[in-house]
Amino acid sequence: MITVKKLVKRFGLKIVLRGVDLEVQPGEFVALLGPNGAGKTTFLRILASLSRPTLGEVNIAGYQLPNQASQVRARLGVVSHLPLLYGDLTAEENLRFYGRMYGLTDLEQRISEVLEMVGLETRRRDLVRTFSRGMQQRLAIGRAVLHDPDVVLFDEPYTGLDQDASSMLDEVLKTVAAKGRTVVMTSHDLARAEDLATRFDILSRGVISASASRKELRKTNLLSFYKQALAG
Amino acid sequence: MVNKATELKSMTIERTRPAGSFIKAVTAVVWKDVRAEFRSRELFSAMLVFSLLIILIFNFALELDIKTRQSVTAGVLWATFAFAGTLGLNRSMAIEKDRGCLDGLLLAPVDRSAIYFGKMISNLAFMLIVEIIVLPVYSVLYSVNLFQPGLLLVILLGSIGYVAVGTLLAAMSVQTRTRDILLPILLFPVVIPVLLAAVKASSGFLSGAELAEILLPINLLIAYDVIFIAVAFMVFDSVVEE
Repeated sequence: MITVKKLVKRFGLKIVLRGVDLEVQPGEFVALLGPNGAGKTTFLRILASLSRPTLGEVNIAGYQLPNQASQVRARLGVVSHLPLLYGDLTAEENLRFYGRMYGLTDLEQRISEVLEMVGLETRRRDLVRTFSRGMQQRLAIGRAVLHDPDVVLFDEPYTGLDQDASSMLDEVLKTVAAKGRTVVMTSHDLARAEDLATRFDILSRGVISASASRKELRKTNLLSFYKQALAG
Repeated sequence: MVNKATELKSMTIERTRPAGSFIKAVTAVVWKDVRAEFRSRELFSAMLVFSLLIILIFNFALELDIKTRQSVTAGVLWATFAFAGTLGLNRSMAIEKDRGCLDGLLLAPVDRSAIYFGKMISNLAFMLIVEIIVLPVYSVLYSVNLFQPGLLLVILLGSIGYVAVGTLLAAMSVQTRTRDILLPILLFPVVIPVLLAAVKASSGFLSGAELAEILLPINLLIAYDVIFIAVAFMVFDSVVEE
């Protein structure tokens, strides 16, 4: 579903990604882990077609980036630590706006389904600026899956959430993944990543330095694997 | 609650088009901007209050006779529109940046110039509404009749040119830390040809000059409008992508 070959990203003289290779199969839930400044967000922004690769190949759902970015975006949902929602619009108005941008039909029915999925159907007419951080993040996930994308990218979705909001977000993430979608998530929360993901890739110093599936990790825990990958 | 709906009911989401219809995307952006502004009135009230303050300050500063007032009207009007316009353009793009909404727009499978045209049309609408309110206030304070069809046409053409280039530059400056001060520094040198032509044409109509004399600045305004819109259409994608 996602193929990345020798991806390089440079900002001026600073090289952030130094030849990333990554293959994600359909339905896989990949947790992309790494220290601050490793290039996780830059990598996800390139997958989301928000940033152009300097060198290398990126192929998502059979479409090449950046040349077929529009086709890729139609099959992609993105959730970042920012909600990407308008505070002066209500929950349903935000979804209606994004639904129009994606050209969805039966939009009203779809909005109701998504609001029910993220547990915000009773707050549909409330302004987003009155929502708590956790509610905004759940609505952000609703926005990301509104057009039923094949691939969903999560960039630090737990940032700024308390324990209750994080647990609720876990449920929403599991629901999103349960539909057979391909998911790539960056996170610093190893415990949550271990609970959700089927594969763990460590991005360090601009390259994928280690990769292990959930089965392979049974012998050890994620924290030891993460420390070993960073030490090596 | 979350676990109540573990599976979405509709298995296939139909899209009206694979990559989004241009017109529908433009309309969606305009609808969103108007709706949000209708609630907050942040952008509109800032532009309006600032405009009224400028014409009041000029009114006190230029204690001139009626004849002289007519001669400075075009300059005062366009200075007012230009200064108030930067406030609106800055705020309009800041709203997109604050919660990462610009990324949300850029993630939509539409031609990105549709986002530009949507933002441009809503910025133009807000600017024109402010101008419609400012004109009668100015007429009363300065005892000048501004309700002439020719002058209104010049204000429309000048505003289109100003907003066309302003929206593009606001999209560029909003991605920097110094966005509030960067926009006027970038915008005013670029928009000078539009302002000069607009002031010249406005003065012509206010002083009752021959149409042949006014046609040149009007033609220039039309040419600038077309050039700025065409350039923005071509480069907007590169401006907003990293």
